[in-house]
Amino acid sequence: MRFERRDHPSRGLTLAAPLVAILAALLGAGVLIAIAGANPLEAYRLILKGALGSRLGFSEMLTRATPLILTGLAAAVAFRARLWNIGGEGQFYMGALAVAAFGMIPAIAALPAPLAILFCLIAGAVAGMVLLLLPLGLRLKFGVDEVVTTLLLNFVAVLFVSLMIEGPMKDPLAFGWPQSVPVPDSALLPKLLERTRLHAGLVIAVVMAVTVWWIQSRTVFGMRARAAGLNPRAASFAGVPLGRTLIMVACLSGGMAGLAGAIEVMGVKGYVSTDLSPNYGYSGIIIAMLANLSALGVIAAALFSAVMFVGADSMSRALGIPSYIADVTVALSLLTMLVAIFLTQYRIRK
Amino acid sequence: MSTLLDILSSIGMWEAVLRIATPLIFGTLGVLLCERVGVLNLGIEGIMTFGAMVGWLTVYSGGDLWTGMLAAAAAGALFGLLHALMTVPLGLSQHVTGLGITLFASSLSYYIFRLAVPTASSPPTVEPFRPIEIPGLSDIPFVGQVLFSQTPPTYLALALVVLLAWGLYRTPLGLALRMTGENPHAADAQGIDPILLRIGAIMGGSALMAMGGAFLTLAAFNSFFPTMVQGRGWICVALVVFASWKPARALLGALLFAFFDAFQLRLQTVVDGVPYQLFLMLPYLLSILALILMARRARVPQALMQPYRRGER
Repeated sequence: MRFERRDHPSRGLTLAAPLVAILAALLGAGVLIAIAGANPLEAYRLILKGALGSRLGFSEMLTRATPLILTGLAAAVAFRARLWNIGGEGQFYMGALAVAAFGMIPAIAALPAPLAILFCLIAGAVAGMVLLLLPLGLRLKFGVDEVVTTLLLNFVAVLFVSLMIEGPMKDPLAFGWPQSVPVPDSALLPKLLERTRLHAGLVIAVVMAVTVWWIQSRTVFGMRARAAGLNPRAASFAGVPLGRTLIMVACLSGGMAGLAGAIEVMGVKGYVSTDLSPNYGYSGIIIAMLANLSALGVIAAALFSAVMFVGADSMSRALGIPSYIADVTVALSLLTMLVAIFLTQYRIRK
Repeated sequence: MSTLLDILSSIGMWEAVLRIATPLIFGTLGVLLCERVGVLNLGIEGIMTFGAMVGWLTVYSGGDLWTGMLAAAAAGALFGLLHALMTVPLGLSQHVTGLGITLFASSLSYYIFRLAVPTASSPPTVEPFRPIEIPGLSDIPFVGQVLFSQTPPTYLALALVVLLAWGLYRTPLGLALRMTGENPHAADAQGIDPILLRIGAIMGGSALMAMGGAFLTLAAFNSFFPTMVQGRGWICVALVVFASWKPARALLGALLFAFFDAFQLRLQTVVDGVPYQLFLMLPYLLSILALILMARRARVPQALMQPYRRGER
């Protein structure tokens, strides 16, 4: 048996790949559900019902999808240029912390809402950028592989958040819980739906996805970033400034992850704690791959993950299956997606 | 100043260095074995978590401690096989596959753990490995007390360093493995099957990683809890660069690293006014520093991260 490269992967196959991958992952997870003693079909029905079957469930699902779209974009943008940013989790936390820190400045808190929100969003994005520019600087200057440094910085970032919210940014009114001073009302994102947690961050996330898609497909920078990823030597030979392109990619990628953290604080929590993110940064990597690194595809992939996560919570309560099944399914879909993409590019010959 | 000397001259401190180093030794040897044949294995973090869970679960449900270690190794080898099949014959991205394995293996560990222990506020414990005193040797003051009062897996880890160093540099198989990581085409021309060797080495390396995880639940602690690996896997990946892909230096790196970790733990208790988080950051910052120091000097296996397809250049 050997593999032969297809000349042109057909469009149909490329579009079918994520669906086949998700189906395969659901099949695999179904076996685990069956082992735990429940009917997989019933479990999946309850997951869908939990995430889509009610106004509350649906709004929770969209609330969950919001940060996932942004962290998914962060990974997609970086991976396209072969910048291995695995530090989305840390950048998310730095973005969140920056918002809380900015909110403590009286002059910011006193601004009218739209301005306060804008400043806080920018602060969050910049904080995320900084945490990615550090490891990129190490790569460009010393040749240090960014995979491991971005991974290690995730732990440093969370410890830094912990240090700040138990120290200078601690909320004195939180009964000793380690959490930051709350963000001022003027910096809170408006709600989209009454009596739910759904907030305007979703609109920001979708606008960002469209913007990133536009940047990637319609600008010189987007083309250069892609070229740098496909073949850095050829790109450099063709006059693409590699270092500068990577720095811009890092700003975009780190900025998206930082924005995700900022929006989660301004839209949902209102303060920072070290349990702000249920692995949003790492999930972003899966979402980017499921989307085949396409910015618009990220929206769909984030919705799929959000349905799994929110639905699994209510399914877990009904059937007693650990809600970790959602994490398993989503992670498994990353592996099946890799194989599915391979099969769109190669055919198997005897 | 005298407290610093007290810390450095205490037997407990140096015993702790070896104990803290043990999972890192298993892990770095595992990473080293994979990378020496040319494959990056970022599955380590998840494989260690899974090994920790399987080791614990085996002992919790009645197996003895060595069965637990063995079960962890077998589970690790299985994840290694998955990683190998995806990255070697299919040649998929080693970065993304490894991260996928990490996310899959760790969430699967938590899922299985929750199935085994549906409701428990504190994780159930097992009876862990006890330190074994080696008659005669353990009575040597200081050195003997530090070196020869460890748990059996620590001795195993130290023996594995020697075994791997000898195997890689003194046996035909070791030569074939190194050749596969440097130039698989040349290896193939010599009648060596690079695909098979890579798959085997990744499985072996992943088994070692899982044993490092099992050490955490069966010797260092006595229970399993989510996120217990705490980035140790990533630290191992950094240590292998620091060690320039040599087993003896990997041991040195792990010991040096464990020294700083044991030292900061003790320093925390005597130094006032410094937030404890700064101490906890040290291991990660030190790993980054090690990478910076060695990045240009380390001798990377030449075919690292290059998939091999026969007849393709």
